Amino acid sequence: MNPQTIREGYNFAYLDEQTKRMIRRALLKAVAIPGYQVPFGGREMPMPYGWGTGGMQVTAAVIGQTDCLKVIDQGADDTTNAVSIRAFFRDLTGVKTTERTEEATLIQTRHRIPEKPLQAGQVLVYQVPIPEPLRFIEPSEVETRKMHALEDYGVMHIKLYEDIAQFGHIATAYAYPVLVNGRYVMDPSPIPKFDNPKMDNSPALQLFGAGREKRIYAIPPYTDVKSLDFEDHPFEVQKWEQCCAICGSAESFLDEVIMDDQGTHEFICSDTDYCRERMENLEVTV
Amino acid sequence: MYVAVKGGEKAISAAHELLAKVRRGDTREAELSVKQVEQQLPLAVARVMTEGAVYDPELAALAIKQSAGDLVEAIFLLRAYKTTLNRFGICEPINTEAMQIERRISATYKDLPGGQVLGPTFDYTHRLLDFSLMAEGEFSDPSDEAENLTAVPESVSKVLEILEREKLMASEMDHQHQPTDITRDPITYPADRSARLQSLVQGDEGFLLALGYSTQRGYGRNHPFAGEIRIGEVEVSIVPEELGFEIEIGAVQVTECEMVNGFTRHRDGEVKFTRGYGVGFGQCERKAMAMALVDRSLQAADYDEEVVSPAQQEEFVLSHCDNVEAAGFVSHLKLPHYVDFQSELELLRRIRAAEQSDSAKETN
Repeated sequence: MNPQTIREGYNFAYLDEQTKRMIRRALLKAVAIPGYQVPFGGREMPMPYGWGTGGMQVTAAVIGQTDCLKVIDQGADDTTNAVSIRAFFRDLTGVKTTERTEEATLIQTRHRIPEKPLQAGQVLVYQVPIPEPLRFIEPSEVETRKMHALEDYGVMHIKLYEDIAQFGHIATAYAYPVLVNGRYVMDPSPIPKFDNPKMDNSPALQLFGAGREKRIYAIPPYTDVKSLDFEDHPFEVQKWEQCCAICGSAESFLDEVIMDDQGTHEFICSDTDYCRERMENLEVTV
Repeated sequence: MYVAVKGGEKAISAAHELLAKVRRGDTREAELSVKQVEQQLPLAVARVMTEGAVYDPELAALAIKQSAGDLVEAIFLLRAYKTTLNRFGICEPINTEAMQIERRISATYKDLPGGQVLGPTFDYTHRLLDFSLMAEGEFSDPSDEAENLTAVPESVSKVLEILEREKLMASEMDHQHQPTDITRDPITYPADRSARLQSLVQGDEGFLLALGYSTQRGYGRNHPFAGEIRIGEVEVSIVPEELGFEIEIGAVQVTECEMVNGFTRHRDGEVKFTRGYGVGFGQCERKAMAMALVDRSLQAADYDEEVVSPAQQEEFVLSHCDNVEAAGFVSHLKLPHYVDFQSELELLRRIRAAEQSDSAKETN
């Protein structure tokens, strides 16, 4: 890295060293108690709350000069917020950035897990809006902390059951709750439930930062992550009848694109790097 | 075939250029200087310093200029800047009794030691647009009489302390605890008073105003009187460890409001008034009053009052009063949500398809 590239007047990765140490201590605790929400002294960041300040603080605390950073939003490297966060860290750390999943040592994400399986040594940082999976059932933090302490998760199963009774399906398509290491019910951030299985026993370290709510949590590598379900209503992920209109993938998560005023639509991969790589491989084969 | 739905670096920098143009306005008009904002919009500067939690009129004025007058955006800019500042010490508590008074009023006594000093206030102005301000004219300084009427050199004792001495008012106790620092440790509930007051002082003026107002309209009534409002400069001092004695490092202008609230039987068995406290940087009377009302309504539990109204619910008030947090999270809805929306679309279609095939079966 080239120190000249760091914006003048700012510390490496924006936050001061004491703040980074505080965040790292919270991260260590989070790793030691998988799925447990650790309160931390979240700072104001130069981006608005809700735009990834938690993820950015975690990234700022763990990023080093030899890291290679990838930032995605909705699976894509070219969405505006991903572009902006990547530019921020490029300016304030001078580290190498990439769009290739396998090249990155550190990936900050909003709403997706890359399609390409992550490797040991990679760190995935999630931006989290509401870290508390029980929040929409119980608005009070005092109560939800108690419920976690007592492993009192009955209400969550009742909610899922009521969905089935009402709709015939569990009506949660994203931010689908998981049980981590057999102990804590955790919000996986608003990733589609399509991505939930990728969290289970992942070789990568998964870190979660919620800036406005000032909570950090983590899933260490090779940890059991189970999506909540019932024996007669097992957890299942979304499937599409269509394939990606660009690369033809039938396995990836697809975004719907409206083509004209009549509402004609096509589907394309949400993970732009995955789609690009498939296209490159197809071209080679042809 | 593929509609361009994803933006990029070029689009962002173009947007920033357009914003700069909107901020500058018609270039035939002189550019607004930061000094002009600081000097001529002091109440906007005060709000930005209070909710931005940094006392620096020049930086607050810069933030107002940069945000094109959007004060919540300016508050956010100042907070984000604050994050980068080193903390080299904690000042001693400011002594508002020793304030150099610019304004001081009490609604509970007609006259009192130190007197009623109106100072610079909108109160009692007729809210008629003053078209003479449209013409740039000579400004005439206040008359000697006006200056004399507001001159209050000596320190003025505080109204609520008069009531305390008569044992009519709940005493504010210094519990000798290190105050919580909400910028370092997130609030936990129930919050202690120091955390609550810090949160309120940074809290959004509009939100606290509405909550305070709701208590007046019956949602958690607390029978308030504006016991005392004072505005003026107070000294700020620190005790450096290596010196061991207090040194003055400057002065800040603050507004303080102490509300006298309905009496109740206290835990010590005596019947006394209760109180609420509000404070902020610069001249920020509306904010300080709203804060004092809400501080009092949040003491419901201390007086075994039934908690039934929003303004009495600590978690509700404190976790939603910060406009940097609130504006950020509301505005994030502008970010793409294709993935989540796609997941919902897929689920809804599946439910509808299943229901349609069920009803088709029934018709057969």
